[in-house]
Amino acid sequence: MAILVDSTTRVICQGITGAFGAQHTKGCLNYGSRLVGGVTPGKGGHKDENGLPIFDTVAQAVAATGATATMIFVPPAGAADAILEAAAAGLKLVCCITEGVPVQDMVRVRAQLDAINSFSDIGGFRVCNWDKVVLVGPNCPGVITPGPKTGGGTSSTDTYTNAGCKIGIMPGYINTHISQSKLGKAVGIVSRSGTLTYEAVWQTSSLGLGQSSCVGIGGDPIRGVNHIDVLRKFQDDPDTHGILLIGEIGGSDEEDAAEFIKRYVTKPVAAFIAGRTAPPGRRMGHAGAIIDASGAGTADGKVKALAAAGCAISDSPAEMGKAMMKAMKL
Amino acid sequence: MKIHEYQARDLLAAFGIPVPKGRMIDNVDQAREAYKQAVAGMKTPMAVVKAQVHAGGRGKAGFVKLVKVDQDAEDSARFMFTNRMKSPQTPPEGLEVKKLLVAQAADIADRKGGGKEEFYLAITTDRKTRRNTLIASREGGVEIEAIAHDRPEAIIKAALNPLTGLEPFVAREVAFKLGFVGKQVSQAVAIMLNLSKLFIEKDCTLAEINPLIITPPTENFPDGQVMAIDAKFDFDDNATFRHKDIDAMFDPTEENPAEIKARKFGLSYIALEGNIGCLVNGAGLAMATMDTIKLSGGQPANFLDVGGSASEQAVTEAFGIILSDKSVKGVMVNIFGGIMKCDIIAQGVINAARNYKNADGSTGFKVPLVVRLEGTNVDAGRKLLEDAKKDIPTMQAATDLGDAARKVVAAVGK
Repeated sequence: MAILVDSTTRVICQGITGAFGAQHTKGCLNYGSRLVGGVTPGKGGHKDENGLPIFDTVAQAVAATGATATMIFVPPAGAADAILEAAAAGLKLVCCITEGVPVQDMVRVRAQLDAINSFSDIGGFRVCNWDKVVLVGPNCPGVITPGPKTGGGTSSTDTYTNAGCKIGIMPGYINTHISQSKLGKAVGIVSRSGTLTYEAVWQTSSLGLGQSSCVGIGGDPIRGVNHIDVLRKFQDDPDTHGILLIGEIGGSDEEDAAEFIKRYVTKPVAAFIAGRTAPPGRRMGHAGAIIDASGAGTADGKVKALAAAGCAISDSPAEMGKAMMKAMKL
Repeated sequence: MKIHEYQARDLLAAFGIPVPKGRMIDNVDQAREAYKQAVAGMKTPMAVVKAQVHAGGRGKAGFVKLVKVDQDAEDSARFMFTNRMKSPQTPPEGLEVKKLLVAQAADIADRKGGGKEEFYLAITTDRKTRRNTLIASREGGVEIEAIAHDRPEAIIKAALNPLTGLEPFVAREVAFKLGFVGKQVSQAVAIMLNLSKLFIEKDCTLAEINPLIITPPTENFPDGQVMAIDAKFDFDDNATFRHKDIDAMFDPTEENPAEIKARKFGLSYIALEGNIGCLVNGAGLAMATMDTIKLSGGQPANFLDVGGSASEQAVTEAFGIILSDKSVKGVMVNIFGGIMKCDIIAQGVINAARNYKNADGSTGFKVPLVVRLEGTNVDAGRKLLEDAKKDIPTMQAATDLGDAARKVVAAVGK
């Protein structure tokens, strides 16, 4: 068990013929993900360099391959449309890797996805159930459920694992499957930042922990799944023994997550928030990483809320793994 | 991306929102003419001359002047063009003013019960509700943050439909709550609907009118005219690709030149106050690196996200941008080699440091440089760094983030 994806997940790539899409299609294949095809309008009928079939539309790709998940590498101007096309074709999981999607496009996309999915009241929060289609991103590294290392990961015939799934751009080999972890425990990682996720994976792996799944929810202000949604999935996943939450300045998602943890999460949680030194009013790389003029969204406010919810706080990004160990009493 | 007040007025006018007559001037010789145009037809001629800079605090600095004759307009313009504007929001040396707005000083009707008929009206995207949201208040003309803090009940919020924009019935409700009466209501509703249209069509992140006013009654407007006096816009940087007109309003003189240069090379750079430069891949890790430096007792000089690839060329450009800040006394490189392997990154950093062209024409990195790599082939990467020390004596390799921060803080402190 894990969340969102496993070794049976059949994945397509939207934007498979672009440089970035092609590179990471290969990366995912080498890891061991079941990539079954791609979509580039106008290039249907061809095959990519790995021999995967290319389709003109997502609906055609789904009909021919039985795919249930997609990763989107379409440029920003077409990314919102690509998400909606994937949802319309019945895909259950949509990971939008694209960086730079306009906010207004995401306002419209979320409104349409929210109309398809149902909502539940959980601990006083109106939470999306993501029952018809799950959106991860945009501007995110994707999702990985590691499998045990069985090969070199150098090609699609020498895959890193035969029982894992990586959808996105994260390095796969730094992840550890629980069966190969020294401590025999697995943590779930949820993060707004890509490289900080890798850092957290690296630290937990180095300390002898495995990962059940890692979800990069992305750095944009309006996005798909949020901390709360992923926390809920990890809490409900029997193979996740602890949760590491990585947030950053801007918005109130981490404050909400803290409330949610108090009311719903019983597993040990460790947290790190980036941006304590960020000045107000400046956007720190990510579109969503900005402390507004009124002073809302600061790192200190988020840290306080998470600490009050019982999370083990890592003050330094170098100590995320240690904080997780402390929370799990290991 | 922000624009100037005169540009904001043009944008409002283009979307059918009334603004007082006025124009931008970039030369003192245009001041008298602009004044005459602005006050044409007024019983008591009065205009306002305003410096066009993004920084606030103009009024207190003497860069917003009410003028009653054309000579005053010219004198005010001359003062603003020849002096640098200094306020708490500008750099200590102040800002050069290159453009002025000369506009009619609109008369504001008295409000029953005291004060003037000034309102606040804005649209922004609420992250929590994921809706574009109209924010309005009867208490205009002042900082909305202050009202939100002191008297949150004085603020009205209404969500826009995410697919169709502001619905007229919602705008009417807001207009009545704000206290508009008679023929003012339809004017206020039209302004709200047009502002909603502008916000969505032009991909704004903020569209703010402050103050929105009512003029005293006139022949054409028996209940007074509702109009926008000042406006502030901020646009989504991710959407400028589909708005050539908005992109053209970008004023590079309002930005830090190093930040503009960085953008050209695909680097995300923000100058800060400290003396330790940072070069990192990934925005979250870059923020976290700044935090670690601070925790170790140092002060970060910048935020810099070099992007996923961290190629030799990108690192070279990044070094140049970081060191163009003369207060930088040391540099910390923090790269997580995921997709790109650490030995490749190390070689890139070494080459960039070895071949770095200093301002004095010499070659080779001079300030302390601490490099921390983690990820694929990290041992090979660290060995390359060790071997390169003979060429770059100021360079040190670090084992982890904390170690790197401590080393760079110690090196700069010496």
